[in-house]
Amino acid sequence: MNDVPNATRFVGQRIPRKEDRRLLTGHGAFTDDVPIAGALEACFVRSPIAKGRIVRVDAAAARQMPGVHAIYTVADFEPLNAVVAAAGGQGVNQPRMGLLAIDDVRFVGDPVAIVVADNRYLAEDAANAVLVDYESEDAVVTIAQARVGAPAHRELDNNLGVGARSADDDPELDALFAKAAHVVSHTINHRRLTHAPMEGRAVASVPTGAGELTVYVSCQSPQQMARFISEAFNLPNANVRAIAKDVGGAFGQKISPGREELSVIAASLMLRRPVKWAEDRLESLTCAYTGREQEAHFKMAFDADARILGGHIELHSNVGAYPAGIHANALVTTLFPGPYRVARNGFKSEVWYSNTTGLAAYRGPWAMESLARETLLDVAARQIGIAPEEIRARNLITREDQPYRMCTGPVLDHVTPRETLALALKKIDVAAFREEQAEARKKGRYIGLGMAVYVEPTTMATAGVLSSETAYVRIEPTGKVIAMMSTHSQGHGTETTMAQVIADSLGVPFADVSVVEGDSSRGGFGAGAGGSRQAVLGGGSARLACQKLLEKLKLVAAHVMNSQPEFLEVADGKISVRGEPEVFQTVKQIAQIAYLTPSRMPPGLELGLESQARYRPDTPIIFSNASHACTVEVDVETGLVKILRWVAVEDCGAIINPSVVEGQIAGGVVQGIGEVLMEDMAYDDLGNPRAATFKDYLTPTIHDVPLIEYDHLETPAKNEGGFKGVGEGGAIIGPPTLVNAIADALAPFGVELTQIPLSPDYLLKLLEGRTPAHAG
Amino acid sequence: MSEHAIEVILNGRPVRARVESRRTLGDFLRRDAGQTGTHLACEHGVCGACTVIVDGEAVRSCLMLAVQADGRKVTTVEGLEASDGSLHRVQQAMQDAYALQCGYCTPGVVMTLAAALEANPKPTEPDLMEALSGHLCRCTGYQGMMKVAKRLAGGGE
Repeated sequence: MNDVPNATRFVGQRIPRKEDRRLLTGHGAFTDDVPIAGALEACFVRSPIAKGRIVRVDAAAARQMPGVHAIYTVADFEPLNAVVAAAGGQGVNQPRMGLLAIDDVRFVGDPVAIVVADNRYLAEDAANAVLVDYESEDAVVTIAQARVGAPAHRELDNNLGVGARSADDDPELDALFAKAAHVVSHTINHRRLTHAPMEGRAVASVPTGAGELTVYVSCQSPQQMARFISEAFNLPNANVRAIAKDVGGAFGQKISPGREELSVIAASLMLRRPVKWAEDRLESLTCAYTGREQEAHFKMAFDADARILGGHIELHSNVGAYPAGIHANALVTTLFPGPYRVARNGFKSEVWYSNTTGLAAYRGPWAMESLARETLLDVAARQIGIAPEEIRARNLITREDQPYRMCTGPVLDHVTPRETLALALKKIDVAAFREEQAEARKKGRYIGLGMAVYVEPTTMATAGVLSSETAYVRIEPTGKVIAMMSTHSQGHGTETTMAQVIADSLGVPFADVSVVEGDSSRGGFGAGAGGSRQAVLGGGSARLACQKLLEKLKLVAAHVMNSQPEFLEVADGKISVRGEPEVFQTVKQIAQIAYLTPSRMPPGLELGLESQARYRPDTPIIFSNASHACTVEVDVETGLVKILRWVAVEDCGAIINPSVVEGQIAGGVVQGIGEVLMEDMAYDDLGNPRAATFKDYLTPTIHDVPLIEYDHLETPAKNEGGFKGVGEGGAIIGPPTLVNAIADALAPFGVELTQIPLSPDYLLKLLEGRTPAHAG
Repeated sequence: MSEHAIEVILNGRPVRARVESRRTLGDFLRRDAGQTGTHLACEHGVCGACTVIVDGEAVRSCLMLAVQADGRKVTTVEGLEASDGSLHRVQQAMQDAYALQCGYCTPGVVMTLAAALEANPKPTEPDLMEALSGHLCRCTGYQGMMKVAKRLAGGGE
């Protein structure tokens, strides 16, 4: 345990990624890149209205069009007896859901029919010729409408998917608020955003004669995809092989198959031919799962010294018509106190259905906890009249407080909120910035400094599919190492990071290790990407498998070398007697004996060099943490925000590859920048999506982002290798850091920022008619 | 839909095909010519992922029709590597700077930079940043690409 720093040769190094060459030379294998003989292509007929009854579907003319093989509605799929997973996932107030619309449509883009043709051009031609009559009804679009409007799902009594509150009556918390010197409240209306992975959803379903199905699918875990597909179509799990070699981003959108992927598979089963579908950007933006839409009202009670007494958060989520079985409100309320001493916390949470595209996890689905808490702390600091760093200093837990049990349950241990904040503030140089800010304000320029601190619950191995990951590692007779992992990369670089861990654990060259992922027929049960867990669970299982393998390698080598296993060491692919490096056998020599020369094996030892381990840490949630700080300039004439500097100080335990870690942080931060400044999946009053292209749905470009300055602390947790997750953090802490900087810049105007995104028109509306308080 | 015979010099080799007039160059490259390194990501000219080089110019292959490429020289990301397998300096700079994660938008980014260097072997950093402004990447936050622009500026390796 925790011996990584000593044993390190590849772990901790900025090693170039194994993935890069194929991706840079155009030889990646994304789903739609895979050549499949005889594959037909699909296109969907989608609802143009947000809510209404399907009166009639007339596909007669479309069926006669050139190249058309089939047009199916949901009734045509009945022979397959497909089971579509429940939408809400939490067992409360579940809507009815079919592979395609059953007899009514519930959001714009709801798939009504699938057209299968020789190619996508012909499929689109035919889809346009399918005539559907609808009887339109009033849709519920917003949370406010969902509260009082007709049910988005006709079979439900109301739109409340799940409701929960801590306790209707909490006199103890009320007493804390009653005696508080300061009660600070704040609100955030977070509008909808979407994942917008560069590769949209894609699937190619290839049925074979023997009741087997190979499905190439853009996803976050082929193992889970195979499981979902086998359950949906009642196929033995072993008959379904899901393959996802390269995936062009996912961010939570591709955890489970959408109705489209399942419909394409259904069509291939009906036709007994390969069928593929790669969604276009219109579909990706308007029909694929979306993220975040939440309305949050929250408050904290402070004593006269600005110490937090208690907190309360009320949260309403709009999860659309068919969410992907997830809402993170429970985690939001649990984490709202963050790394601060908070004695008591209350919550109220409600999840609302509406006639919009369904919600799914989006990188740090619970991120509202940090956005709410960290923006509230800045509002409180201004209200109480102390610096934002001071209010944090008075309330952050220390190393001595740890293990610290949060009043909401989780235990924080091995985290460094104070240390990371101190480093971030030093790096950004608060004192110098405040001087610069005062000077700038005199000249009518508005610059601001924002900071945020958080803890990130990573690994999430509490229960269910996230509980563990597995590694099967073998040394081949060639001396090369192959690892079949249940990890999966959509850009995470696990082929590289897992190989670093394995090379170190076995004492072999990094180049000799190949990590195989992306194929459910090879990797064992596991959840892959999701929950910032692959370094911990993948790295942990790889280390355990390698430990067993190393033991056996030494047993065989000791027998061959007339020595004892405990006298041997393995480094750089050579096994030598400690202190006598000139006496050695190569790993390859021993591997050949292990597989090919039974007579030279120790008596009774099984042939081969193979090992498997499944890992779950004793602490199922491993907290990593970070503090970020940034500076911005707000142009009060145009409402445009320019980010000047961004400092990220992260503590994700033992770092496997700093460049990969920084890549995860940067990607998250920049998604956070998009979230705060521009990303807006808006709907009009009728429920029509207003962003249908990348000209309407704005994501950051290279000119919208700063070069991020990093610093790392490495405080290991007590898990195998001391690794912690880091995949979602940037998207969690990025938004409050930036919102606080903008609020600080605009402080002279006395405005409160209560909407995300802080688009130029929103900021200008806030600033209209206001003059800045005298520059001080 | 009318069909047309075209001949394209693709990565140095002539390719003859009959294509519908509405077929995009991107679909032609991927579906007909088997060059799947070119990725289509928005198909409306914003994201840049499908960028290829046509007669020396960076072109969005989703906005150009295959028939418009008739008689022209088209280079895709598959055509950049040297015959000895060594990476083009743009590809090498991208790898060195960890400028890619999922790699889906990467071929377009590589082609834009390669075209920029072809047109001007000693571009300035702002020139390259300007060229990169037409690319969307959802993974990297552009951190590595900024370093690539700096490294390749002035003809540096």
